[in-house]
Amino acid sequence: MRLTELPIGSIARISSIEDSPYKEKLKEMGCIPGVLVKPIMKAPFGDPIAFELEEYTLSMRKNEAYSIQVNLLNPLFNS
Amino acid sequence: MDNKSSKIVLVGNPNCGKSSLFNNLTKLKQKITNVPGTTIENKVGTVTQGKHKIQLIDTPGTYSFNPKSLDEKEAIRVFFEDPSPDTILYIADASNLKRNLFYFSQLAQHGTPMILALNMIDIADFKGFEIDVERLEKELGIRVFKINARTGEGVSTLKKALFQDQFVPHYTFGSENDHTHESHYDSITKLLNKTTKIKTKRELTTSKIDAFATHPILGYLIFLLVLLFIFQSVFTLASYPMDWIENGFGMLGEYLTETLPDGWVKKLIIHGLLAGIAGVVVFVPQIAILFFFMSLLEDTGYMARVSFIMDKMLRGLGLSGKSVVPLLSGAACAIPAIMSTRNIENWKDRLITIMVTPLMSCSARLPVYTLLISMAIPNTPVLGFVSLQALVMLSMYVLGTVAALVAAIVFKWAIKYTIPSYFIMELPVYHSPRWGNIWVNCWQKSRSFVTEAGKIILIISVVLWFLASYGPTTDQSFSIQESATLEQSYAGHFGKAIEPSISPIGFDWKIGIALITSFAAREVFVGTMSTIYSVGDEENFDQLREKMKKDRHKSGEPVYSLAVILSLMVFYAFAMQCMSTLAVVYKETRSWKWPAIQFVYMTALAYFGSWVVFNVFS
Repeated sequence: MRLTELPIGSIARISSIEDSPYKEKLKEMGCIPGVLVKPIMKAPFGDPIAFELEEYTLSMRKNEAYSIQVNLLNPLFNS
Repeated sequence: MDNKSSKIVLVGNPNCGKSSLFNNLTKLKQKITNVPGTTIENKVGTVTQGKHKIQLIDTPGTYSFNPKSLDEKEAIRVFFEDPSPDTILYIADASNLKRNLFYFSQLAQHGTPMILALNMIDIADFKGFEIDVERLEKELGIRVFKINARTGEGVSTLKKALFQDQFVPHYTFGSENDHTHESHYDSITKLLNKTTKIKTKRELTTSKIDAFATHPILGYLIFLLVLLFIFQSVFTLASYPMDWIENGFGMLGEYLTETLPDGWVKKLIIHGLLAGIAGVVVFVPQIAILFFFMSLLEDTGYMARVSFIMDKMLRGLGLSGKSVVPLLSGAACAIPAIMSTRNIENWKDRLITIMVTPLMSCSARLPVYTLLISMAIPNTPVLGFVSLQALVMLSMYVLGTVAALVAAIVFKWAIKYTIPSYFIMELPVYHSPRWGNIWVNCWQKSRSFVTEAGKIILIISVVLWFLASYGPTTDQSFSIQESATLEQSYAGHFGKAIEPSISPIGFDWKIGIALITSFAAREVFVGTMSTIYSVGDEENFDQLREKMKKDRHKSGEPVYSLAVILSLMVFYAFAMQCMSTLAVVYKETRSWKWPAIQFVYMTALAYFGSWVVFNVFS
């Protein structure tokens, strides 16, 4: 599933990132396959979205988040 | 332990990574999936270390010792086999410790030695759970390990421990004759309170503030209030040091007038150099205060939220959330503002931001507006608390901002660039300002304004003084105190030369001189007017204003009618009259193409805007 499909508060693990001009930047900022990610809030109008990454909070537009494939963890892990 | 291989049983809740650990310890191939119940029957593997061997039995994931399904029945059967297991290796999901320890609490009463492996430590960390392993070992009386079965982290340490002495848990779950779920959960909670912490206090504050700062309505309202507060502070706080600076330069000028020997050197120093330096230094308080607030907003983490909530709107205009900082800084000075566009990754977003930032009302426009507004607009109160003058001043800021946003749309449409724009930005945790950083930032930016812009302003001031003092008519000894001679100077000739092209927007040759000299920097307008109207003190607004008001055309009409003043204000709002900015744009875009386009479009916009205003009001 894509990062944009995650409900706020759920935890997922990044599985892959599609090729795009910003793939490099996403990786630089810590979006690497295997990393845990949790959407925490959306800006007014629902875009951009802020995600908690392992060490910090990263915001990105829906467009960028759409290029990130994630695996939703078992709902029991979510908080 | 002795050399004989022993029997260890691996137990835990479903989906706690038990199968992963089993594979990792035994090197046995086995399917791992998230679906509960894939481990249909107990699997046996062997863990080896040197010549020592341990039999490891995997069991289906189970929530309690009171089996509800066939799987769970299978899982607990292993405890009643002969020989019964020597040790229980209990694997728990550290991110969900309370529920995971319930089955543990039931097994712990059986008198069998146990080892506790805390799995999914990465997820626990992610959720902010801090587990004190040493304390947990002490409370339970058994060995506890943090592992990550997915990556294999900590598994080798756990494996070594399997070959060492094992212990029976001595923590009492429930009580002697009370083994209800409630009493067990109660004991678990007590245990976890002693051994775990949730370190979300800091993040909690941040998310609380964010609930307001990024709120769909409150977020924008707060931002607006913050802006109003900053601009109010800039104008009120800066007025005191600005007065001191003006008075100081005034006194220095008087002192030099009295002490220096007469001659062209004296005139150069007082009317060229000193006037030029004063013109730069007088803006330092405003710029420093504005940068102070900008640094404060960035340092505390608030500016990132502003970018976050503004991105969607600015995107439609060809900008990005990251354009907020340059655009706002542009209200102080376009030079550092344009330099701050460097963190916009997309070339087109960055270029558009650079192209439109000079339309934001920078502090150099302030003295021009102040002089012109005081000439044309009465200081009558509006709505009881705002003066009409302040309202006109505010509308000049709005005009600049609207022009910048409209220009952005045009550039978005005009510039062809295929690489899509993106916005990937950290939202830092809020923290109290680090004053040291803020002062340094403030000092560096103010200094770069004085040195970067100051150099050019100083040079132009001297050149201007020369042009205004000397003319082509060999008469080199005239006094600059008389404006009649200014007309004969080089500057006067230039002004006369461009008069036909600026008369459609209401300007005469004297304003023409000011327009030319203002190309150095906008605030030079006031100094030029002082020179033209022979006002001794560079910053003496009142005297200058009265002289300008009295100036008449040959027809008897005032030179500075309302239409002319408004036209002038619009011209200064839009025109690209800042050499330093053009130089910075060249440096940042590495091409003369963009500063050239910027100069042309802004001048055209200024001319057109002034023409419309002049014709509407006259």
